Amino acid sequence: MPQRIVGVLDRIGRAAVRGMAEFGYAATLLGQAVFWLVLGRRRRQAVRLAPVVAQAMDVGIAAVPIITTLSATIGIMLAIQGIYSLKAFGAESRVTLGVALSTVREFSPLITGILVAGRSGSALAARLGTMRINQEIDALAVMGISPVRFLVTPALVAMVVMMPLLTLWADLVSLFAAGLYISSQLEMSMAAYADEVVTLLKMNDLLHGLAKSGIFAVLVTVVGVVNGSSVTGGAEGVGRMTTRSVVHAISAIVITDMFFAFMVTR
Amino acid sequence: MSDTRRVTVEVRRLNTHYGTRQILKDVSLDVREGEIMVIMGGSGSGKSTLLNHLLGLLRPTSGTVKVLGKDINTASALDVQELRTRMGVAFQSGALFSSMSVGDNIALPLREHTRLDAMTIGIMTRLKLEVVSLAGFEDLMPSELSGGMIKRAALARAIVMDPKLLFCDEPSAGLDPVVASSIDDLILRLRDAMGMSIVVVTHDLDSAFKIADRICVLDQGDVLALDTVAAIRNSPNERIQNLLNRRTEEAEVDPDAYLRRLLGERARQDGEDDSQQRHLP
Ligand SMILES: Nc1ncnc2c1ncn2[C@@H]1O[C@H](COP(=O)(O)OP(=O)(O)OP(=O)(O)O)[C@@H](O)[C@H]1O
Ligand SMILES: [Mg+2]
Repeated sequence: MPQRIVGVLDRIGRAAVRGMAEFGYAATLLGQAVFWLVLGRRRRQAVRLAPVVAQAMDVGIAAVPIITTLSATIGIMLAIQGIYSLKAFGAESRVTLGVALSTVREFSPLITGILVAGRSGSALAARLGTMRINQEIDALAVMGISPVRFLVTPALVAMVVMMPLLTLWADLVSLFAAGLYISSQLEMSMAAYADEVVTLLKMNDLLHGLAKSGIFAVLVTVVGVVNGSSVTGGAEGVGRMTTRSVVHAISAIVITDMFFAFMVTR
Repeated sequence: MSDTRRVTVEVRRLNTHYGTRQILKDVSLDVREGEIMVIMGGSGSGKSTLLNHLLGLLRPTSGTVKVLGKDINTASALDVQELRTRMGVAFQSGALFSSMSVGDNIALPLREHTRLDAMTIGIMTRLKLEVVSLAGFEDLMPSELSGGMIKRAALARAIVMDPKLLFCDEPSAGLDPVVASSIDDLILRLRDAMGMSIVVVTHDLDSAFKIADRICVLDQGDVLALDTVAAIRNSPNERIQNLLNRRTEEAEVDPDAYLRRLLGERARQDGEDDSQQRHLP
């Protein structure tokens, strides 16, 4: 029996060590990616623009339709719920404040982050994992091309640029869709609604959301790369790590978001 | 020895492990300038592992690997990077980048490490494709190539920078005899024309005897023999003769070990935890 307990403790300990090692690796990786971005040219390995642009198209432009659809849906949903709950106090006319703040500070960055984690974070993990098992990563290394510079930095830059832009777009779409519903329900013109949004929203609120989405971008990239480059065991391993990367990235986003709200919003 | 040519690869007392299992045991060898060294040995004897150590992809437990005069495990990152632009590698599986066309694959080292213009790079790429008889295939994707074509494209990529040192893992395995023999000829030509040092891992005896200057025979991580082709052919060592004559090894007479294996006792004790975190190099 005591042996059993020792066994369990041993496993917990090992898992903890592995977790810490993974954290450490993630931090190192981020450091290296930034290192190559800044000093690549001096090391005769400049980060090229073309792959960054290609990634940005993939992460950003290709995600616009789905982001548009979902953020419009969320905007309308928020408006419906807002009006419903404020009716209890007869304060429907105050709905714009709630919708505007929660969209810009919370929902747009969150939804964008989760969508990008599902679309691009997983794709990054799968790509790196496949390259790992096909020895393409080794091939890069022995050519004297840093895999971090060649594969990770472009993805990181694309993600950090595109995620806030997508969030901004989600803000606009979501507020617009909410406005359509609110103006039809409260007999208010779109122009009046827009006026109200502009006066209610502070620059600070907007920046709060965008800053968060920048952090989410880093999280999604790093989680994708750590999982992708840790693939072992063939195609099945790629599948497993891809799934793991989505789950980890979304968890990281939600937890970070909570943390952010706790530290900044109260 | 009277050989005064420069040593391009120098391995000294290399010991390596996967987890707690020792793979290479005290391996030492030299490859000289313009020499073709063939590494042979049964499946699982550690040939690919040795190659990975020569490439600096794995860290040894002890021992040193010097490539072109620099210790690949202790040299600075910049030195290693510079070193790697002077060596070419064709992996066992080809390891072509599946997201790039064949032409882009072969052009990549030139694009990354030289300032040549696109026109020159295109010419050099097609030249190397010509050398491996793949002219006209540069626009295909790797998934559209046959296994043998992938190997040849990988070889073209390995030599596109005109390296001083070339490593090939099983360059002719799985190819038809004509193509396999043409790859052997190509390797000989590369050495003769450019004075490359070439390390070839192969199972193929005929090919080994045809191209090798010296042969290193690995047996379960030990260097069983390291000598010229003639000396290996005439070696009195029974295990080498078995390998040469394609005889299967006699079954070991250790009933205890046999019983233990049947009972499913695992050879390795390191269990679940030798799967360390894998990092990007
Ligand atoms: N990634 C790894 N993790 C753990 N053990 C490994 C790993 N790669 C190889 N090995 C072990 O190392 C030993 C040597 O393997 P290696 O791939 O070097 O053999 P090889 O001589 O190249 O064989 P083959 O001719 O079949 O390619 C084998 O026993 C194998 O089980
Ligand atoms: Mg092998």
